[in-house]
Amino acid sequence: MASKNTYYALYNDDDILLSAVKKIRESKIYIEEIYTPFPVHGLDKVMGLKETRLAIAAFLYGCIGIAVGSFMMYYIMIVDWPQNIGGKPSFTFLENMPAFVPIMFEMTVFHAAHLMVITFYLRSRMWPMKKAENPDPRTTDDHFLVEITSDKTEATLKKFLIQTGAVEINKPSE
Amino acid sequence: MGSHFEAPIRRPLVAGEKSYHDVTVDIARPIETRANKQWWIVFLISLAMFLWGLGWIIYTVSTGIGVWGLNKTVGWAWDITNFVWWVGIGHAGTLISAVLLIFRQKWRMAINRSAEAMTIFSVIQAGLFPIIHMGRPWLAYWMLPIPNGFGSLWVNFNSPLLWDVFAISTYLSVSLVFWWTGLLPDFAMIRDRAVKPFQKRIYSILSFGWSGRAKDWQRFEEVSLVLAGLATPLVLSVHTIVSFDFATSVIPGWHTTIFPPYFVAGAIFSGFAMVQTLLIIMRKVCNMEQYITLQHIELMNIVIMITGSIVGVAYITELFIAWYSGVEYEQYAFLNRATGPYAWAYWAMMSCNVFSPQFMWFKKLRTSIMFSFFISIVVNIGMWFERFVIIVTSLHRDYLPSSWTMFSPTVADISIFIGTIGFFFVLFLLYARTFPVIAQAEVKTILKSSGEKYKKLRDSGESLVGTGADIRTSKINLIKV
Repeated sequence: MASKNTYYALYNDDDILLSAVKKIRESKIYIEEIYTPFPVHGLDKVMGLKETRLAIAAFLYGCIGIAVGSFMMYYIMIVDWPQNIGGKPSFTFLENMPAFVPIMFEMTVFHAAHLMVITFYLRSRMWPMKKAENPDPRTTDDHFLVEITSDKTEATLKKFLIQTGAVEINKPSE
Repeated sequence: MGSHFEAPIRRPLVAGEKSYHDVTVDIARPIETRANKQWWIVFLISLAMFLWGLGWIIYTVSTGIGVWGLNKTVGWAWDITNFVWWVGIGHAGTLISAVLLIFRQKWRMAINRSAEAMTIFSVIQAGLFPIIHMGRPWLAYWMLPIPNGFGSLWVNFNSPLLWDVFAISTYLSVSLVFWWTGLLPDFAMIRDRAVKPFQKRIYSILSFGWSGRAKDWQRFEEVSLVLAGLATPLVLSVHTIVSFDFATSVIPGWHTTIFPPYFVAGAIFSGFAMVQTLLIIMRKVCNMEQYITLQHIELMNIVIMITGSIVGVAYITELFIAWYSGVEYEQYAFLNRATGPYAWAYWAMMSCNVFSPQFMWFKKLRTSIMFSFFISIVVNIGMWFERFVIIVTSLHRDYLPSSWTMFSPTVADISIFIGTIGFFFVLFLLYARTFPVIAQAEVKTILKSSGEKYKKLRDSGESLVGTGADIRTSKINLIKV
C-alpha cells in the first residue's frame, strides 16, 4: 500500500520502460507494482515475476470436469434408471461409454474454462463492483506507471528516475 | 529493437500514422460520440423486424406449432434450418479468436472482438428455435439433467439432441467469458477516459476493476491462450454434434459419416461470410478503415474461398458415395435433390456456395470491397439453402410414397426468421455503440511491429525506443536511452 516513501514514475514508451525496470532493479530499488495499458512482452521476466500456474489449474479443473461428466453419466444412465434405448448396451458404463463421449468432453471444457476464469478473476481481485486500483487513468491509454518504495531522498530518486527515462514522478495523493 | 521486428515484406496491419494514444482515441470515439442518422435508421428497422418476429413468436406459442408449415412427413424444416444456420454463423467468431490466436495470426486482432460478439449474438438466435419448437418454452428446463417431472426417469443421454443442449450451452457460456475477459482492459480504458459520471460508473462496473498490473497481464495472456486451446476443440465439437442430430438418424441423405467435417467447414464458411458482411459496414460507419484494412478483407476472402472449396468437395463426395454405395434410397435422395421439386433450392445452394467463392482466386476481385460484400451476402444465402436442402429434401420423400409431400413455410415461419435477423442486428448495433469494437490493448501490442508508422521508421533504420510517446498526453521524452 502507498506509504510516504512511495513514488509513481510514469513512462510513455514500452522499450524505455523495459530498460528502466532493469536499471531500477540493478540499483536495488524495490518495485511495488507496474501498471501498463497493454501486455508488454518480457516485462514479467525483467521484473522477476514468477510464471503463472493458471494453466496447471486449468488442467486440474479439466480433470474435475471429466470426472463429473463420467460420474453423472454413470449414475444417471447406468445406476439410477437404465433403459433399453434402441438396443444399445445400457447396463455397463464401459459398453455405453461411446455415447457419453460428447457429454464428457463438453463437461471437461466447461469446467476447465469457467473455473480457470473464475480463479483468474479472484486471484487478480476483479469482480463487477470492484474499484479500479490503477493510480493514474493514463495507464490504460499510453502510459506505463512504476510504483516504487525507496528510502532515498526525493531529489536523488527523481534525478535517477528521470535518467531512466521517466517523464513524470508523482507522490500518491493522500 | 529486436522484440518489435517484423519482416518488411509483411504489409502493415494498422494503417496511418498511429501512436498508442491514437488507438485509444479511435476505439473510444464511437462510444463517446452520438449515434448518427444512419445508425438510427438501421437500428429502428432492425427493432421493427425484431418486434414483428416477437409478435409471431407469441402467436406461435399461444396458438400452437400448427401455425408453422410443418406436416406429418416434414416434421423438421424451417426452424431447424434457421437453428443450424445461426449456430454455423457463430463459428467464425471462435475460429478467429481462438484458432487464429493459436496460429499467432496477428491480423485477427482487428476483427476478433466483433467476430466474437457476432458468435454470441448468433448463438442466442440459434437457441431460440428449438425452444420455440418445444411449444411450451416455459418447460425448456426439462432439457437439463434433472429427472423428468422430478420423478426418477432422466433425460436421454444417448440422444444427440441432448448432446446438442450441452454443446451449445457450453459453447455460449465459454464464448461469453472468453469475450468478456478480453473486454476487461478495453472497458477499463473507456472507464478511465469517461468524463460523465454515469458513463464512468457503467464502465467501471463492466471492467470489473481492471487495473492493468504486470501480474494481471501475465495471467491475462495465459488465460487467453488456454481458453483458445479449449475453445478450438469446443467449436469443432459444436457443429460436429449439430451434424449428429442428422447423421445418427436413418434417413437417406443424412446418415453419412462425412457430416461432421462437412458441417464444420460449412459453419466456418458461412461465419466468415457474416463477419465480412458486418465488418465491411462497421469499418465504414465507425471509421475503422485503418484498423480493418483491405488486407483483412482479402485474408477473410481467402478463408471463404478455401472453406467454400472444402464444402464443394463435400457436396461432390456425397454424390459419389451415394452412387458408389449402391443403396437405392441413398441414390434417390441425391437424384431427388438435384432434379426433384426442390431442385431450384439445390442449384441455388450449389451456385452460391461452390461457384461464387471461386471468384476469390482473382486478386482484383478479392480486394474489391463492393464485390466482397456482394459475395458475402451470396454465401449467407447459399448456406441457408444448404441446410434447407439437407433437411427438407431428405424428409419430404418418405420411404412410403403415400406420405410424400411438400413443405412450404407459413407467414409465422418466415416472420420468426425475420425476427431473429432483427434481434441479431439490434444486439450488434447496440454493441457497436457501447463496446470497444476492436481489442485495443491487443492492437497496441502489435503497433510497433505492424503499424505503418513504426514499420516505416524501422525500415529507415531508426530506433523505435521512445517512439511510443505522444505529445498530446505528455511532454515528449527527449532522453535517448
